[in-house]
Amino acid sequence: MTVTEERPTAEVGKARRRKEDQRLITGRTKWTDNIQLTGMLHLAMVRSPFAHARITNVDVSAAKAAPNVVTVITGADVAEEQGGLPNAWPITPDQKAPVHPSIAVDRVAFAGEVVAVVVARTAAEARDAAELVDVDYEELPAALDLKESAEDRVLAHPDLGTNKSAFWQFDSANAGTGGNVEDAIAKARTDGIVIEREYRQQRLIPAFMEPRSVVVDPTGEQITMWSATQIPHILRFLLAAVLGTPESKIRVIAPDVGGGFGGKLQTTPEEFIAFMLARRLGKPVKYTETRSESLMSAHHGRDQWQKLTLAATKDGTVTGLKVDLLADLGAYVSLVGGGVPVLGAFMFNAIYKFPAYQFNCQTVLTNKTWTDAYRGAGRPEATFAIERLMDELADHLGVDPLAIREQNWIKHEEFPFTTVCGLEYDSGNYEAATAKAKEMFGYDDLRAEQKRRRDAKDPVQLGIGISTFTEMCGLAPSRVLGSLDYGAGGWEHASIRMLPTGKVEVVTGSSAHGQGHETAWSQIVADRLGVAFEDVEVLHGDTQVSPKGLDTYGSRSLVVGGEALVKAADKVIEKAKPIAAHLLEASADDIEFKDGRFGVKGTDKGLAIGEVALATFAAHNLPDGVEPSLDSDATYDPVNFSFPHGTHLCAVEIDTETGGVKMRKYVCVDDIGNIVNPLIVAGQVHGGLVQGIAQALWEEAVHDDGGTLVSASFVDYLVPTAADTISFDIEHTTSPSTTNSLGTKGVGEAGTIASTPAVVNAVVDALRPWGVHDVRMPCTPERVWKAIQGGGSAATEGAAAPHFDAQDTADRSAGAEGAGQ
Amino acid sequence: MKINVTVDGASYADDVEPRMLLVHYLRERLGKTGTVVGCDTSNCGACTVHLDGQSVKSCNVLAVQADGHDVTTIEGLAKDGQLHPVQAAFHECHALQCGFCTPGMIMQSIDLLNDNPHPSEAEVRAGLEGNLCRCTGYHNIVKAVQTAAGTGAPA
Repeated sequence: MTVTEERPTAEVGKARRRKEDQRLITGRTKWTDNIQLTGMLHLAMVRSPFAHARITNVDVSAAKAAPNVVTVITGADVAEEQGGLPNAWPITPDQKAPVHPSIAVDRVAFAGEVVAVVVARTAAEARDAAELVDVDYEELPAALDLKESAEDRVLAHPDLGTNKSAFWQFDSANAGTGGNVEDAIAKARTDGIVIEREYRQQRLIPAFMEPRSVVVDPTGEQITMWSATQIPHILRFLLAAVLGTPESKIRVIAPDVGGGFGGKLQTTPEEFIAFMLARRLGKPVKYTETRSESLMSAHHGRDQWQKLTLAATKDGTVTGLKVDLLADLGAYVSLVGGGVPVLGAFMFNAIYKFPAYQFNCQTVLTNKTWTDAYRGAGRPEATFAIERLMDELADHLGVDPLAIREQNWIKHEEFPFTTVCGLEYDSGNYEAATAKAKEMFGYDDLRAEQKRRRDAKDPVQLGIGISTFTEMCGLAPSRVLGSLDYGAGGWEHASIRMLPTGKVEVVTGSSAHGQGHETAWSQIVADRLGVAFEDVEVLHGDTQVSPKGLDTYGSRSLVVGGEALVKAADKVIEKAKPIAAHLLEASADDIEFKDGRFGVKGTDKGLAIGEVALATFAAHNLPDGVEPSLDSDATYDPVNFSFPHGTHLCAVEIDTETGGVKMRKYVCVDDIGNIVNPLIVAGQVHGGLVQGIAQALWEEAVHDDGGTLVSASFVDYLVPTAADTISFDIEHTTSPSTTNSLGTKGVGEAGTIASTPAVVNAVVDALRPWGVHDVRMPCTPERVWKAIQGGGSAATEGAAAPHFDAQDTADRSAGAEGAGQ
Repeated sequence: MKINVTVDGASYADDVEPRMLLVHYLRERLGKTGTVVGCDTSNCGACTVHLDGQSVKSCNVLAVQADGHDVTTIEGLAKDGQLHPVQAAFHECHALQCGFCTPGMIMQSIDLLNDNPHPSEAEVRAGLEGNLCRCTGYHNIVKAVQTAAGTGAPA
């Protein structure tokens, strides 16, 4: 399958500066909110302040009478029209899912849910009038705490009769991929080691920088929607499916999109509302959310309790792992919501050879903002759990945490390796990545410094954290998705148009929002077709230009979309060959294509691909029966996931008198296969690292007792600043993927997946002399300080919002038992 | 209220509501959509512009306060098709991904370099504390500012 050796590699591997940058650094951007259309009306949302309430009356008379208000719409007004927002991944056939209206009709299920919409001539007038909408609520008890909700003490949706949405299990004995985990645990209890831990994955907010915005223009034959979305193609399909307008009459455009991180992998109430209102009014409409609305009502991520049981022999060889998850879905089962923890199901065994494994996940409905994909989606949670456990096992045995990992990991000569989950890891070399990372980090020196500080009882202690992660990315083989009951496939589409002037237009179905597709795709096509980098134009993100695609998420664009590109380019070459042969008066069998030129074997005769394109356009002299076109397209369905891995090492300094954590050094060596553009890769790694570090140290969505999000602005939701972070030392080892022809693996989520446990392991490592085994995330100074004061027995703090008084910030998601241990 | 303001070298006379923010005036009245809104609490800095040569968050300034003053936005930086050295450094160092924070980040970086032409890494990080970026992890932004400093960037 691999043809890597024959391919000229002038562009792939080069640190090309991005084509995208010019418009972004000069302000000539096309954000959705920039769009102004003639006669455009503006929407403002009236949102519920209550987590759970019955709507007894909505009085819109004062709002309707306000200046320049066109209309005010309530849920009752669109009850028949709006249908329910889609859930594309019902993880079990009997999954319980409440109907999810775009505008609540008679009950609200989370604080921030839309109850009415004001349409006015300006955004300011719409917002002013929204204040005048008078909604009467009858407050209902709210299901807020995840553990309590799992016991159905208070029902998030009383009509469902339970908060339990779905129970999903993978068992290696049942699947025939491994042994029985209960047997392994029983054996370890008698003559081995059992490590039992419970970890909290706090609720996070994706917090993309561009607030979501949507414009809908119903004029003409089509309804056109511009949206700050990661998924224009999926959105178009679902607008049609839910709202009944034929798909062929809908065009969705994702113009410049300011970050997503999974947060814009959603079909939102606001998009559906804007579509319905534009269709009703026959006028273009715009809605742009405020940051507070974004933090409150755009979906959240993570939010799990993880109960973990690791069985090992006395020498530290792991014999089994059992995982019991509670996952908070929030108020509704959103687009991929229930599937997020399932994406982690196959990753708890990570890089290790575990003979027995069981994964149990209960998804739970609560009266909070719904959760869905956030960078890594399921895999960061899995990686955190296992990398924390491996440190605990090492601590139990009193050995170096890297040694215990090496003892259990898959050796490089064992690839391809089929895991206890039945996945086939195609390639990897954990020894090489770890050796390189250790050297860059100065591992032995830092361990020596740690010992000196411990011996000297230095108030500033050093902690060293390790994470040897892998992930499955490149979502995804359609057959696998089908077997998991996901509603769509995982293929990607590309087409290539050969213009008569020798320029090349590339259309990709994966829609970028900061990843640099225009640059990387140009590099791939330039090499493949032997044309100049500058001559390639990449088009994406508009369903009229790019009619087919499954969009961007799950580190899929390059490994799936890039492969579609390669296949389309190869088709162009195949179509050009008979034409070139005809023009060169040679047999097609004698034509060879190299570096952009069709040559005749054994001669110096040849034609550049651009010349063939021009001749094909003119069509004056083509072989009989050959169509006058070189344009080609390809739809590629991946044969496997890709499995990047890496070794991340982190050193933190902890002031034991204040609990303050300071990042000292962070080294990572990621093996992501072949690299198309090292500059873009570095950017993905840096940004990913900071998002993962932020989970470990700063970020948490905190609700009060009433279910109101108190971290609903950037004052309180602590997205890190430049002053909070450090520069990183990043490097790579290379084990090319064997399942795609470019040999690439995903990188978009790697940093986020790997870094969180590396940092928490470092914090806990620094505090081991005090008997501390866990500090709950985010590891705030308060939590760290209390962990030191309390020693190993004390609970770490539940809430992490130092701006508020304790009574205002009781973290209802923390559970009755308080902290992890 | 009537205001007269110079933006990116051009003079404008307008009648605005007293409550109108400078960022809304720039975006909605003048079409200066290079300057963007990222939050409601003046935390993110995406809307940073220069007012008489000093960086301000334009969500924190009323349009009427700009009356009689000179505003420079990201759109006024490049002259005759030549990028400002800080713009060029952001491109060269891959200091942007989605690009939404970039206008504010560049405007703040220029201000920082005007105050301190040769900042240390720590000084760059402290100087950019009021501007949030979610994509880059700041690593390459810091590098870009130091690169620009090395080439004598400040305007």
